[in-house]
Amino acid sequence: MPLSHRSYGTARVVSPRGRLDHDNCEGFQRDLAAQLDDCARESQALVLDMSGLEYVSSAGLRCLMIAAKQAQARSSRIVVSAAQPVVAEILQISRFNLVLPVFGTTREALASVSPQAVEAFDRG
Amino acid sequence: MRVRFWGTRGSIPVALTAADIRDKLARALVAASGRRFDSYGEAYAFAEESLPFSVTHSFGGHTACVEFETGHEEYFVCDMGSGARAFGEHILARQGGRPATINVFMSHVHWDHIMGFPFFGPAYVRGTRIRIHGCHEILEHAFRLQQSPPCFPVSFDHLGATIEFIKLPAGRPYEVSGLRVTPQLQRHSGDSYGFRFEIGGRSIVYTTDSEHKLEDRAQTAGIVAFFRDADVVIFDAMYSLAEAISVKEDWGHSSNVVGVELCQMAGVKHLVLFHHEPANSDAAIEGALRDARRLEELTRGERPLRVSAAHDGMEIDL
Repeated sequence: MPLSHRSYGTARVVSPRGRLDHDNCEGFQRDLAAQLDDCARESQALVLDMSGLEYVSSAGLRCLMIAAKQAQARSSRIVVSAAQPVVAEILQISRFNLVLPVFGTTREALASVSPQAVEAFDRG
Repeated sequence: MRVRFWGTRGSIPVALTAADIRDKLARALVAASGRRFDSYGEAYAFAEESLPFSVTHSFGGHTACVEFETGHEEYFVCDMGSGARAFGEHILARQGGRPATINVFMSHVHWDHIMGFPFFGPAYVRGTRIRIHGCHEILEHAFRLQQSPPCFPVSFDHLGATIEFIKLPAGRPYEVSGLRVTPQLQRHSGDSYGFRFEIGGRSIVYTTDSEHKLEDRAQTAGIVAFFRDADVVIFDAMYSLAEAISVKEDWGHSSNVVGVELCQMAGVKHLVLFHHEPANSDAAIEGALRDARRLEELTRGERPLRVSAAHDGMEIDL
């Protein structure tokens, strides 16, 4: 799964695309852990921009749970943003919205990280 | 073939409280606000047709006990949770004094799955035959232990029925009085076993107290093969997915979300959510059912999967 990223000051926005299920979750988890390592080195929070994600299965959600634990161990944090309606509903059905901070837009997610991150985002 | 649920709750029996009943009454009254009922029949019809299940019913509080009526004169049942007491009364009433033969299939011997046996009336009736099938070495020991001092006043040895314990090594089918039974090992503390039952072209999978971890692809393939094209899968949906893979990971139970996914992969016709969390109210269980149905709708493949939540007294005809 392509996993592009972009930095906004104290935050790094990581954007998966396509479907996240048991067929590709292992690779996704590995790539996300590498992104978390980079974030820890740069003292950044990780914003997972889900606008390009069409579907996420329970195996994919487990990757997010593991990433949240890894972030906590690195004294970092991970938040979720901009999920498409189907994915947003799956997050709600699985009660993941109670485990991870979920924001409607990436801008809102960055604002929760720091004023500097959202200013960097607004500058484009 | 008929499936009859005598107990559907997980871990420990629960009962409706006075506050629960008051809450249901208040909800019904609010829903009926402004209406006029001239007879009990009109009010009954309104309750039946217009109110949600969680207001007019309860999912019930007995622990696991599920009967399969196959048309054979013998009885077939999975687990001896607290629902076994009412199941025993049903057998005694139906037999009218004739001795019964009862085939029990034990998923495992945790307390909530054996606690009904000391109150299972037919066990006290001479002439009754009870065959307890299971895959655990400690099956007989567990049944005897709970009827030993100081836990229970009637010793296992004083039961009137003839009771046999039959060890079924997992992973291959057996024929039990016309019913084909295949046990499969599951992930649970101390191990548990699911059972696939087949008769007359119909198949039912009973899979409770099982933590299905979908990241293990080999395990998932094995579960999907076990569920393949089943008419009904009775599935441990005790927790939400988030709970099952975070604070309650390795507690040995699954979720409604994983139930829908596995049944879709396996081409199952009907998923029945089972082993309800004892802390969950009727409204919470109804919410989990609503969520599972919505997930099925969002992720539906070629054919729809019917989704239900088991309640004590529910029957499914196949």
